[in-house]
Order: sequence, then structure tokens, then C-alpha cells
Amino acid sequence: MYTDKVMDHFTKPRNVGEIENPDGVGEVGNASCGDIMKIFLKVDNDIITDVKFKTFGCGAAIATSSMVTEMAIGKTIDEALALSNQAVAEALDGLPAQKMHCSNLAADALHEAIKNYRETHK
Amino acid sequence: MKRIYLDNNATTPVEPAVLEVMLPFFREAFGNPSSVHWAGREVSGAIETAREKVAALINCAPAEIVFIGCGSEGDNHAIKGTCEALAAKGNHIITTTVEHPAVLETCRALEKKGFDVTYIPVDCDGAINLADLERAITDKTILISVMWANNETGNIYPIEEIGAIARKYNIRFHTDAVQAVGKLPVDVQKAGVDLLVISGHKIGAPKGVGALYIRRGTRLAQFMHGGHQERGRRAGTHNVAGIVGLGKACELAAEHLKTRAAHMRRLRDRLEQGIFAAIPEIKLNGHPDRDQRLPNTLNVSFAYIEGESLLLNLDMYGIAASSGSACTSGSLEPSHVMGAMCVEVSLAHSSTRFSLGHETREEDIDFVLQVLPETVQRLRDMSPLYDCKKQQNCSTCQTVKRL
Repeated sequence: MYTDKVMDHFTKPRNVGEIENPDGVGEVGNASCGDIMKIFLKVDNDIITDVKFKTFGCGAAIATSSMVTEMAIGKTIDEALALSNQAVAEALDGLPAQKMHCSNLAADALHEAIKNYRETHK
Repeated sequence: MKRIYLDNNATTPVEPAVLEVMLPFFREAFGNPSSVHWAGREVSGAIETAREKVAALINCAPAEIVFIGCGSEGDNHAIKGTCEALAAKGNHIITTTVEHPAVLETCRALEKKGFDVTYIPVDCDGAINLADLERAITDKTILISVMWANNETGNIYPIEEIGAIARKYNIRFHTDAVQAVGKLPVDVQKAGVDLLVISGHKIGAPKGVGALYIRRGTRLAQFMHGGHQERGRRAGTHNVAGIVGLGKACELAAEHLKTRAAHMRRLRDRLEQGIFAAIPEIKLNGHPDRDQRLPNTLNVSFAYIEGESLLLNLDMYGIAASSGSACTSGSLEPSHVMGAMCVEVSLAHSSTRFSLGHETREEDIDFVLQVLPETVQRLRDMSPLYDCKKQQNCSTCQTVKRL
């Protein structure tokens, strides 16, 4: 049901954990599916230098969280804001149809973290 | 990779002795039992022998057994067939909130056709209150449908007591006994049931065959229209090999009921005690008294983690279990059984069922107990819900409360 890439990120998730004194924290939850994703950011000179995540959820939720951290590191804030949930799913070679709407929230969590960064670093 | 199968409430492997008696009916004895010639005669006897074996397991007359295609068919036939046959008497059905979808969805479909259904609630252990059931009876009640044992929790329902209530008010009583047969003594006379459903593939027979017990004198509308098979009660050419297999499986179930149940019970208890000793912050889903549950079933929620990710991790070790998580059901909701028991939503998402079989071995349980604690811990370390109690007003906990 899951692609090899999803299973790879699920079994060996990248950048799990929290960042101490993060520059931004974002969290999204989906009531119907019960997934919760929390993203921590470190930003230096408009560049995202570190991202970590903690996720409660299914295989897809964990894999998308892991993938979004890899995709965001090294990007500018604006580039990161352009990342979509769809792009994360595509980078994982796709997700099962029923997971697309419920467990594919990692980019939203990243955007929340950026919003939080902007609000706290005016 | 090891292959440890702890999902026997979903399905079971066909027993070797069952397969063996089935095989001749694919090639040598291939006839249609309804035919008069040698090819038909060769197999019709086998159908009747199988019927006797099924009847013996649940203590009824062979003529009261009708062979069907699956458990869902039996539940549909029993409930819809009753509603159609007894429509002049009333339009009220009583069932519970924890039934299998084969019963619940059938009842919901009947509600749309004008039938009234009372869904008896369960308490947080999954038990029903018999006084609730008795109070729900009206002069319009034509059917009580309560499962013998629950597929998710293993909870056993007080079928004899419900049978006595049904008799007292002269109401027909149907029970989905798909999970109970082969794991518990099932006696339709003692239990006072009028309709009972058995599924072959839950007891070591193949998929695609089951049996419906219809107490003599029970008027039931025909479900499958067509030929005169099963004395006009179920049209369709007999699944001869499947029926022969079901008969053998019932024979084996009767012969080994006590020893198999004791074996599963011992290993299940070991698993249950081992998990509770090794892993903190978990919740048993089902009756705390193990005598009130099937001997093979254990359902546990692991706080802070989600069921599908746990199942996938266990699967990597070759361990097959199942989950009440929304993510494994194909729907967006976690298990309706967990919901009916008021299990907190994040715990419902993590509910994990281990259902043992008589082929489960001691070392299978040892292996689960060896890998489960570290697997749960790994997922907890990844979870934003875990270990946040030290933080005041944790935002994640607020999110959970909103869910």
C-alpha cells in the first residue's frame, strides 16, 4: 500500500525530535484522522538551517513529516512557503488515495512554523 | 523473517485435515449435489455429513442448518428475513452499539425502510446492561440481535440471559456467533437462540462458506431467490468443497474445544501480563475479567502512539496484528466499538488487537514481548503527545483536547 520511499522515511525517519530554543514552532492536527504534527525551525539570515519534527499518526503522517524536514532544510523562507503538501507526497512517490487528505499535512505544519517565526521575529 | 500470525479474529489458515477432506471435491467428486446421476449422488452425502457435524457442534438438528456463503450473508438473511416475515407483527429491532458491521449496517438499512432500531449502549468495559435491553422491548419488537462475542475486544455477551429474556417476551433472538464458535462452548438449546451465524474461515475452514442455524418453526423470508437448494431456504449451487471443509472444521472444533481454548488462554494471559508488566501507560480495551473475554483475544491501547504505525512496525518483525485506528479501516473514524466504549479518541486510534490461534506457539508470544516494548518506545519518542506533562499548558495537549 505504501511506496518504498514512504516505508524508508517511516522506518528511518529523518530529523526526529525537538530543537531547543527554536526560532519557530508550528503544529497542525486533523480531527477526523487524529494526526498531529509539530515542526520546529532554526532560521539564520532568512535561510532555514534546521528542522525537526514530532508526529503522532500513521505511516503516511510520519513519512511526510520526515520528508518535509529534508525538503525544507537549506531553503529560504519564501521557498519553504512555496512547498505544498502535494509536493511532499510526490517526493515520496505518492500516497494512497485515502491518505492524501488526512495524513498529508506536513507542509501545513511547516508553514505554521514559519508563520510563528515571522510573528516572533518582526 | 519470522511469520507470527496474531490476527486469527480476522481469519484463520485452513487446517491441514480440513484441506485434505476438501481436495477430492474439486476434481474427482465434482458433481452438483442437486443432480440425480452418479456425479451428484457422489457428493450429496458429503453435504449431509457436513451438516450433521455443524449441527453437533452447536447442539441442533441437522435440518436446522443452512449452508451460506459468509457470515455477513447469515446476518443479513437472519435480520432482513425476520423483518420481512414478521412485518405484520411489528417493526422494532433491538441490538447493541458494538455489533459487527454486518449487523449494524443491516439495521441502518432497515431504519431507512421504516424499521425502528434500539442500539443498546455498552459501558466503558464494553458490557451491556440487561435491564437496558429488557426496558427497550415494546409490543412492536420482533427481533433481538446480540453478538455472542465481540471481534475487537473479545468480550462475551450474556447470551443465555438474553435468550431467557427473549423467550419471556416471545421475541425472536439472533446472535452473530462468528467469533464464539470454536473458542467457546456454543449450545443453541441452552442459549435459547433462534438464529445463529457461523463463519467457516474463522475456525480453520476456507473463506466463502458459513452456516446459519434456523430453529425449527422460525419463519424467515427467503434471502437468495433461485433454485430449491437447502430445502428452498438458500438458492445457489452448493459450495461442496467449502461445505465439506466447514463440516470437518466443526468436527475438529468440537473434538479439541477444551484443549485449544486452554492453550490459547494460557498464551493470551502470558501476552497480556507481559505487555502490562513491560509497558507503562497502556489501557486494556474490553472486560477486565479475563473470563468475560474470548480466550484468544487481547485488545490494548498504547497512549501517545497511533495504531497503524505500530502495526507497520510489528509487521516489519513479521508480527501480524490489527488495529482500531481510522487509518487501517479505510474510513476516517476510529473503531465504532472503541467509540461505543467511550475510549478517548487518541487511545482509540492506538487500539491494537492480538488474536491468537490454536497454532500460536509459546515462542511467538516471547518474540512479541521481546520487540513490542522497544517498538512502542520508539514511536513514543517520535510523538508530540509523549512526555509533555512537564510543560505547563502544553499546546499539543490543547490540540488533542480540541480533537
